[in-house]
Amino acid sequence: MVELVAKTPCAGLLPVSVGDLRLEECEMLPMSVIMPYAGKAEAVGTALQKAHGLALPSVNKAEIDGETSVLWFGQGQFLLRGAAPDAGLSDLAAVTEQSDAWAVVRLSGAKAVDVLARLVPVDMRLSAFPEKSTVRTDLMHMMASITRLGHDSFQIMVFRSMAQTLVHDLKGAMEAVGARG
Amino acid sequence: MRINCPVCGERDRREFYYKGAAVALERPAPDAGEAAWDAYVHLRENPAGETRELWYHESGCNGWLVVTRNTVSHEISGVALASEARS
Repeated sequence: MVELVAKTPCAGLLPVSVGDLRLEECEMLPMSVIMPYAGKAEAVGTALQKAHGLALPSVNKAEIDGETSVLWFGQGQFLLRGAAPDAGLSDLAAVTEQSDAWAVVRLSGAKAVDVLARLVPVDMRLSAFPEKSTVRTDLMHMMASITRLGHDSFQIMVFRSMAQTLVHDLKGAMEAVGARG
Repeated sequence: MRINCPVCGERDRREFYYKGAAVALERPAPDAGEAAWDAYVHLRENPAGETRELWYHESGCNGWLVVTRNTVSHEISGVALASEARS
């Protein structure tokens, strides 16, 4: 019998450090996309609050409580991470399991924002993109979800199949920013 | 070039995919006749000036947008969600 070993999307690629910049893989946590049925967004918000203690975020915002988070994830789409979705949600929304579908990494360091400025066509500075902001945008040529977790810390998600490219592009930008001192 | 997505806000052009003239929103009725269907499938305006076109916010919210753009100046005078622009 072959013994199968589960690997994380960035296994063998991370962590990477350049100066005080650090790129590491986030812990594998359950993830599901919640797409409220027509007219059910409010009910989904109530159910989410009751079951997971988090509200439905507005556009470009994230709700984060410890390990559990809900990200705005596109038009009428929300990503619940860190908890298995409450069974009652399936009556109000299309819920799809995506735990293995995304590479999730954390970029931190005082110049993390300069690294992202090289790769992302959205203003990621604190003044324009405060804590718990999130965007769906491009990172180089990849569709990404980027969320500010803290003052100097970002969560970046791309499709799992692009994990190696993500690390390559971020590492290159980290080295370029690091070289400027 | 930047497009002001009604959902996400102002974003760079590279996040969007260009589809073409917004004729898809005016699909004729099945019995509209050959002339109407011929025009819908094959005939396109090529205006020097204002035109309505469909763009897809591929890396953003996944919304289909109707963008009113001037082909001479490239000025964008209006952006609306296609789901709402259809009368």
